Amino acid sequence: MKQQDIYDDISSIRTIMERSTRFISLSGLSGVMAGIYALIGAYAAYTMLYANGGEAYVARSGNADVLHNTNFKLFVLAAVILIVSVSTGILLTVRKARRKGSAVWSQSSKSLLLSGALPLLAGGCFIIILFMQGHYGIIAPGCLIFYGLALVAASQYTFGDVKWLGLMEIGLGILATALPGYGLLFWAIGFGVLHIIYGTVMHFKYDREGNVN
Amino acid sequence: MKVTLTNFDKAFENRIRLQIMSVLVANESYDFNSLKELLDVTDGNLASHLKALEKEEYITVNKSFLGRKPNTRYMASKTGMAAFKAHLQALENLIKQQKL
Repeated sequence: MKQQDIYDDISSIRTIMERSTRFISLSGLSGVMAGIYALIGAYAAYTMLYANGGEAYVARSGNADVLHNTNFKLFVLAAVILIVSVSTGILLTVRKARRKGSAVWSQSSKSLLLSGALPLLAGGCFIIILFMQGHYGIIAPGCLIFYGLALVAASQYTFGDVKWLGLMEIGLGILATALPGYGLLFWAIGFGVLHIIYGTVMHFKYDREGNVN
Repeated sequence: MKVTLTNFDKAFENRIRLQIMSVLVANESYDFNSLKELLDVTDGNLASHLKALEKEEYITVNKSFLGRKPNTRYMASKTGMAAFKAHLQALENLIKQQKL
């Protein structure tokens, strides 16, 4: 047995173990796009809440009609951002996987989605129930913390960098809990700025060298 | 450069078999089609290597149906795990030998 063969064997064990357990076609660019959508959404939410001299914001303790109207608009806005972000993410990830010739619906991507889905579903229910009870302050910190937990849980099936993004979202969420009243700002930082930074890093770290492969 | 082969497992001499074992050690179980895609080999090729590992009792096979499609899952057996570890150790020893 030649020395080169041993090294080849070992490196093939390494890469195959990595590839069999981790889904590495996640697109960095989709993170940047999600961040941009989030910033646009946060701005839209800001104008809704604080338009007309903050009528809607003040209404949280007063006028029920204005309150319900604003809540509904915010809910639709959030849903639109979520749907657009997720579809962009799926589209860019499928494109990246195709280009690299690897499968999108694989054992690793299934594990990735399953492990991330649980904290997201639990958090989603938790936030919606508290929201309906009138605890509006819970939305931003809740979203950040549960999203962060989902990222940390899912990170074992993809790039390790996702874990760091998750930890930062959790930290930001806790900070937002401690500073009530700045929810929208923290939400914009967590979902907007952090996503853009993370996506840019990922794009230059993996996507570009991925083109060579 | 030739080196002596102590503890070197013949079953893992083939690269594909070594890779199959790597996947099964890193994952609880893996199905036939995913393995095929991951290793980029033909049905027949993969099946024959899996058969060989099965004969050594390094892997266990679990056949079931997903709807009407057959779904065959493979798992590393205890013997297989131990053999894989021993093989890695043998590779490590070979490298050490050559450095002396």
